[in-house]
Amino acid sequence: MTGTAVKVSGLTKRYGDVRAVDGIDLDIQSGEVFAILGPNGAGKSTTVEILEGYRDRDAGEVSVLGVDPGRPTRLWRSRVGIVLQTSNDTAELTVRETVRHFAGYYPRPRDPDEVIARVGLTEKAGTRVRQLSGGQRRRVDVALGVVGNPELLFLDEPTTGFDPEARRRFWDLIRDLADDGTTIVLTTHYLDEAEALAGRVAVIAQGRIVAEGEPATLGGRATAEATVSWLDGGERKVLRTGAPTGAVLELTARFGGEVPELTVTRPSLEDVYLGLIGSAPPEPRTERTVPATVAGVR
Amino acid sequence: MSTAAAPAEGRLPSVVAAGWSRGVVETVMFFRERDAVVFTFAFPIILLGIFGSIFSGTLEGGPLTVSQLYTAGLIGAGVMSASFQNLGIGIAVDRDDGTLKRLAGTPLPRSAYFLGKIVNVLAVAVLEVAILLAVGVVAFDLTLPSAPGPWFTFAWVFLLGITGSALLGIAVSSLPRSARSATAVISMPFVVLQFISGVFIPVTQLPEWLINVSSLFPLKWMCQGFRSVFLGDAGAALELTGSYELDRVALVLAAWVAGGLVLCLTTFRWKSRRDG
Repeated sequence: MTGTAVKVSGLTKRYGDVRAVDGIDLDIQSGEVFAILGPNGAGKSTTVEILEGYRDRDAGEVSVLGVDPGRPTRLWRSRVGIVLQTSNDTAELTVRETVRHFAGYYPRPRDPDEVIARVGLTEKAGTRVRQLSGGQRRRVDVALGVVGNPELLFLDEPTTGFDPEARRRFWDLIRDLADDGTTIVLTTHYLDEAEALAGRVAVIAQGRIVAEGEPATLGGRATAEATVSWLDGGERKVLRTGAPTGAVLELTARFGGEVPELTVTRPSLEDVYLGLIGSAPPEPRTERTVPATVAGVR
Repeated sequence: MSTAAAPAEGRLPSVVAAGWSRGVVETVMFFRERDAVVFTFAFPIILLGIFGSIFSGTLEGGPLTVSQLYTAGLIGAGVMSASFQNLGIGIAVDRDDGTLKRLAGTPLPRSAYFLGKIVNVLAVAVLEVAILLAVGVVAFDLTLPSAPGPWFTFAWVFLLGITGSALLGIAVSSLPRSARSATAVISMPFVVLQFISGVFIPVTQLPEWLINVSSLFPLKWMCQGFRSVFLGDAGAALELTGSYELDRVALVLAAWVAGGLVLCLTTFRWKSRRDG
C-alpha cells in the first residue's frame, strides 16, 4: 500500500469560545505508524474523533482513506478500525461470541478464531468478557478493531492501566499489525510507547501541532546539548555542552584513562516533549552554573 | 450459537441480516444478565404468583375471581416491562458502557441496532406473556377465550401497546445520567404507573385525579384491553364506564405510537453526557 491514508489541513473545532483544535495539518502515509502526543485537553482526542467520523468540524479539509469522515458511509466504516479508550459492553458474551458477532458486520472480515489467537486470547475464547482482566479486556477491544480487516486502525491510549509485561506484549501485537501493512494512528500519554512503536510523532498543545517528526530527532533532540556527568574527588560534576566528544576526550586525558562514573546523555523524548508543551523538564539535581569547558569545572 | 450475519463474500450485510444478528445477541445478553432477568422478566410472574395466592376470592360476588383480574393486569404490566423498562434501562446502559459508541464506529447501520432491540423486545414479551398465561390457566382458573374475536383484540392491543411502550422506553432512555442510575430512574415511575393504572388496584377504587393521570399513559389502556380479552362480558360491569371502551383503547395506544415516534426522533442521543 502506498499513498496518503490521512490528509488534514487547517482543521478547526470550537467549543463555545474555546478553540479545541486551532488549525491542524497532518499528512499520514499508508503503512505508517503515527503517534499523536499531547496533554489532556490539548485537542488530541477531538482531532482523532473528527478523523474517526465521531465529531463534526468547524473548518478545514479532512480526508481519511480518500473519504470525508464528516460524511461516513458504511463501506468507509468497514475500512477503518477503531479501538476506543474504555468500554464495558458485551460483558455477558464470551470472547468468541463477541468477535464472531462483530465479524458479521463487515464485508471481508478476518477469521474470528485467528484474530482471537493473534491477540493471545485463545485460552479465554470461551470466557465471558465480564470475567477478563483489564489487559485481556483491552485485547478484546483490539480484536474488535481489527476483525473487519481494516486498512487504517485508530488506537486511543491503548495501554493505559497495563502492567509492563502486558504492555510489551501489546506492542508486539501492534508491530505485527503494522508489518501487515495496516496504517496505525495512535494517541498515547506514554512517551516510551510512542518511541517504541511510531515511525513519526506529532505533538499537539493548545490545539496546534508544536512539533512533528521521527521520535529520535523530534524537537532537535539529536543535536541538542548533551549532558556529560562524572565523579571528581567524590563530587558529582555536570556539564552541558554541544561538543560532548571533545569534553570526554579532555576528561580522559585529565584522568589518564577511565573517567569515574561517566555518563553522556541527550534529552529524552520526555524532556523534549515537556519543553514543547510548555512545562520545562525537571532540572538535574546536581545542576549548577555550568562553565563552558571541563577545565572550568573544579 | 450462530451470531454472524454471514454476508456474501465481499458485500456489506443487509440491514435485516445485521438487525437479526443484533437481536439474537441482545436476547442472549438479556437472559444472561441477572438484573434484567429478575427485574424486567421475572417480576410480573412473581407478582402474579403472590397476588393470585393472596386474593383467592371472587370479584364483588360475581363469577370472576380476583386472580383472573390480576392475570389480565399483569400481562399488561409484563408487556410494558419487556418493552418500556427493558429499553429504557437497556439503551441507557448501552449509551453509558460504550456499546453505542462502538457500534457507531462500525459499518452496522443504525437502523439495525433498533431492529435488534425490536427482536429482543418481541422475544422477551412473547415469552413473558406465555408464562403469565400458563400460570394463570394452571394455577388461577383463567379460561382462555375460544372465539377468534377476543384473540384479534389481544393481537392489536399487544402490538399497539408494545410499540407505544417501546418508543416511550427509547425516549426515556435519554433521561438517566449513567447506567447506575438507570434502573432507579426508569423503574420508579413504572412502579407508580402500575399502581395507578389498574394493575394492582382496580381502577374503580382510585380517586378521579389519579385516573386522569394514568389515562395519559399506555398502561391503563393496555390493561383495559387485556381485561376485555380474558374477563369477557361479565367483567365489563366492573369497568368505570361499564364498558371496555375498546375504541378509546385503540385511539390512545395509536396516539402513543405516533407521539412516541416523534419523541424518539427528536430526543434520541447516540452519545453519553460525558461525551458531550
